Order: sequence, then C-alpha cells, then structure tokens
Amino acid sequence: MISIDQLSKNYGTFRALDKINLQVDQGQIFGLLGPNGAGKTTTVKILSTLVRPDSGEAVIAGNSVTADPTAVRASIGLSGQYAAVDEKLTGHENLVMVGRLYGMSRQESRARARELLHEFAIVDVKDKRAGAYSGGMRRRLDLASALVFRPPVVILDEPTTGLDPRGRLDTWDVISTLVGEGTTVLLTTQYLEEADQLADRIAVIDSGKVIAEGTSDELKVSLGAERITLTLARRDSLDETLRILERIIGVSNRAQTDSTGMRLTVPAPLGQKTLLQVLDALNSGGILVTEAALSRPTLDDVFLDLTGKPASPETSPSQSADAEVDV
Amino acid sequence: MSTLTSAARDSSVIAWRNLLTVRRTPGALVTGIVQPVIFVFLLAFVFGGSLGGAPYREFLIGGILAQTLTFNSSFTAVYLAKDLQLGLIDRFRSLPMSRVAVILGRTTSDLATGSISIVVTMVCGLIIGWRITEGFGSALLAILLLLLFGFAMSWIGAFIALTARSVEVAQSLGLIWLFPVTFLSGAFVSVDSLPGPLQAIASWNPVTAVATSVRELFGNVSPAGYTSGTGWAADNPILYAVISCVAVIALFSTVAVSQYRRISRR
Repeated sequence: MISIDQLSKNYGTFRALDKINLQVDQGQIFGLLGPNGAGKTTTVKILSTLVRPDSGEAVIAGNSVTADPTAVRASIGLSGQYAAVDEKLTGHENLVMVGRLYGMSRQESRARARELLHEFAIVDVKDKRAGAYSGGMRRRLDLASALVFRPPVVILDEPTTGLDPRGRLDTWDVISTLVGEGTTVLLTTQYLEEADQLADRIAVIDSGKVIAEGTSDELKVSLGAERITLTLARRDSLDETLRILERIIGVSNRAQTDSTGMRLTVPAPLGQKTLLQVLDALNSGGILVTEAALSRPTLDDVFLDLTGKPASPETSPSQSADAEVDV
Repeated sequence: MSTLTSAARDSSVIAWRNLLTVRRTPGALVTGIVQPVIFVFLLAFVFGGSLGGAPYREFLIGGILAQTLTFNSSFTAVYLAKDLQLGLIDRFRSLPMSRVAVILGRTTSDLATGSISIVVTMVCGLIIGWRITEGFGSALLAILLLLLFGFAMSWIGAFIALTARSVEVAQSLGLIWLFPVTFLSGAFVSVDSLPGPLQAIASWNPVTAVATSVRELFGNVSPAGYTSGTGWAADNPILYAVISCVAVIALFSTVAVSQYRRISRR
C-alpha cells in the first residue's frame, strides 16, 4: 500500500533521509520509530506531498508522490504533530470544512462530521470552538479530520506527543479501534511503548537511515536472551549475590545494579532454566529475595542497542527512573 | 470536476471559513474600522484647515478611500501568515484541493473587511460634509472600483505572507510599503505641489488614479488649483485604475501561487 524506494532528502548539507526503503502492506499499522531529528517527520512530509524528495520514489495506493501528488492526496488522511485544527471554528465546522475540501457535498460532509463527532466522543463539544478544547480533544478532532474521507491510508505524525498519560491512552484506543479494518496506517513515534502497543511492524530509524525492521517481537528477539530481575531483601547480601550470579551465568555477562543496590538485572541465557538455577543457588546461599522476574527485553533495550544511545530524553512514560550503574 | 469549478468551490469553502474566523475575532476588525475614522478626522481637522477647509474635506474622502483599501493587503498578509504558522496550510496542502483556493479564498474574504472600511469611511465623510453628488449608478461604480483595488492589494499581501512565512515579518513587511505608496500620490495633496521626480511617480501611482476616479464618480470637486498629475494616467484615471488593478492581480497571483507551491520544496 505504501512503498518507499531509495528515498533521500537533504536540507542543505544535512542529510535528513538517506536512501530509505520501506514496504507497508494493506491494513497494516506500521510504526516508524526514532528519536528527534531521525527523519520521521521528513518521511511523513514526503508521503503527504508537502515536501518533494531529492531522489528515490514513494508510491501510495499505486500513485507516485512526485508524479501524481493530487491522486496521492485523495487517498491519504494526515494528522500532524501540531494538531492543525482551526481554533476559531467549532469541532463540527472543522470536520465539515475538511470534508468539503476533499470534494464531498455539503450534506455528505455534515453527515460524516456528525458520525465522527460521535465516534470520537467529542459530540458534547461539537459547537464549541476547537481553541477551547483540551489537548486530548484537539488530538481526537485532528485524528477525526484525517478520517473524514475514509482514506485507504492514514498518516499519523507523532499522534501522542505532548499529551498527558490519560490523553495518550485515549488516543491509542482511538487509533486501534477507530482506524477501520483494512485501513493502512503509518505512524511515527518516539515512544517505544507506543510502537510496541500499536504497530504490527516497526522500522527503527536514526540519522535518516532504517537501522532495523520487523515486528516488535522480532526486534526483541534479535537483541537476544531474556533477562532476570531480582530484588534483594537486604542490601548487604549484594556482594554474595553477585558472586553467585557470576558462577552461574559467567563473568562475561555482568549484572546491572540500580542505585539502591538492591535491584539487579542479569541476562538469562537459558531463560526459565537459568532463573531456577539462580533461585536455587541463592536459596542454598541463604540469600532472601523479595522479587524475581523473568522478562524479555523491552523496545527501550532494542533501541539502546541499535542506536547506542537511549531513546529521547523524554522517553516512554512507563520507563523506570532508576539510574542503572555498572557493577 | 474541472480545475476552474473545483478552484471556485474550494475557494468558497476557504472564504466561508475565513469569514467565520473574522466574525469570531472582531478585534481584528478594529484596524479596519478605527483607522479610516482616525485618518478622516485627523486630516480633515488638523491639516484640512491649512489645506483649504470645506473644499479640502470634500476632496479628502476619495483619497482616504483609496488609502484604506491599500490596507487590505496587510490584513491578507497577517491572516495568511497566521494560517501558515499554525500549520493549517500544511493540512490544506495535504488535501486534494485546488492549489489556488487557499489564497483566492483569502483575498476574496478579505473583501469583506474592505467593504466595512468603505462604509465606515463614507459615514465619516458624511459627518464632515462630504456628499455624493453624481447618480447612484456612478457611486456604485466607484465602490466596485474600490473593491477591485482592495482585491488587487490583497494579492500583494498574499505574496508577502507566503514569502515572509512568519506573522511578525508579514506584519511589518505588509505595512511598511503602504506609507510611501499611499502618500506619494494625489490621495491627500495636489500632485503639482510635489517636487519634480515625485510628481512623475505620483502621476502614475495607481493610488492617485483610484482616488481621482472615485472623486469623479462621486462627483467631488477638487479645491481650486489641485491636480492629479500629468500624462495619460492622469487624463484617464478610471481606465488606468482598472488596468493597473488587473495587472497587479495578474502579476501577484502568479508569483503568490508559485510561492505557495515552492513551500513544498523546503
């Protein structure tokens, strides 16, 4: 449905996109994940015909963004990062305007606007100016604008940036339930959790290049084994614990300890088996643990591993604030 | 749908949206209303006395009407720059709509602001003793000419907004050129009273032609000794005014639309 081939874009000497290749199948929700300045917005702007690429090609629903931008515009719905709704118009008027500009008749536009206002739960404020909406309502209105024409392809540029956690959950809900069956969605995000939650497939981009692509599971698997997280009952048992872990898992896999000195993370090369070995050894050693968990790497870990830097400073809301130190 | 009908349709949608916006931010209209009031009373009673009293006041209104309509360009510049800044233009540009419509809708709806300014100026004129002495048809032509002129000025404002791309720059660029253009003309003074080279400029300044045409059509007599310059433009003010409006529209609609397209190569 979306096919991107060797797409490049420079701004002066800055290489925003460097020969990007991507394929998005019909009905797929595709997440483009990367930090600020990675090239996400540039990709969105090229796909929505706002910016022309320097070289390469992007085809949406069979139409080239460079050769036939008008046809592309008729098959996409765009919801931008800055929630471009008209603040002076009411929610209803905003949607009617967009419908009319898609070429729908006045009646059709009104009917569709009413429908969307209901679906997006903004019907109570439909006659209030969008300028008075909360951040979450504005985002819903913006999202609704993208769906007015029931386009086969919907492009969402950082749909939850700047929203509070509640607004973010709301928006996720809307994206997964309201973007209809069969609609192809390309969404960009800097939140790993968001890509994990919403996207069928994810491409990680950094400095204008795709550095990894796959399902969220595939990306996590590519990072390797599961890990064990332990919380010790007593701080002074840390050294003994580290010795035990080293014996079981080996010296090459160092444990990470957080600042309290009571929480450790270690790789579990054999998964469940390693966990049992560790617990058994700790038990024999008389070390008490209050918590032991086996988990797969998070996308945060994937991201860190791929780019060599943590996800953006303002990263996923669920990420723990613990400063991890190497022991 | 042909390009023309879709352009007209989309422009009317944009104009509808603009008018709603204007109605909901009446503060923006203050400039359009207060400014002609200030100019009429300031020029009529501060300068008017030394410039000829009652006959000057009769002469003045045509000039202020021409001047007021040039300010249409600054309204267009500011409103369009605002839409650009807020990202609304990006939404419009991602829609399968006519490329001209965003600007044409703007310049059309700004005629509403222009019309209000015309009414305010005429009412102020009536208060200070200005009258329409030609017939209704002729007065109507004067108003149509003013609207055409305001429309032309709007296209200059659109070009400024699309070039400046920030509200602040559009605001100052949109205003600054208006002062020399409106004052280097026969809008407020006799062109004969200007020094040589400025006389030539004022004679061919479309603002002079519009002011002179409007006076003619309203049947206003200039004070004794006042001229609107020399040359073909001064002899055929109405024709010249129409020609220059059409030329400005043709030129600035071309550059504004190409500027609108160029934004996509950012």
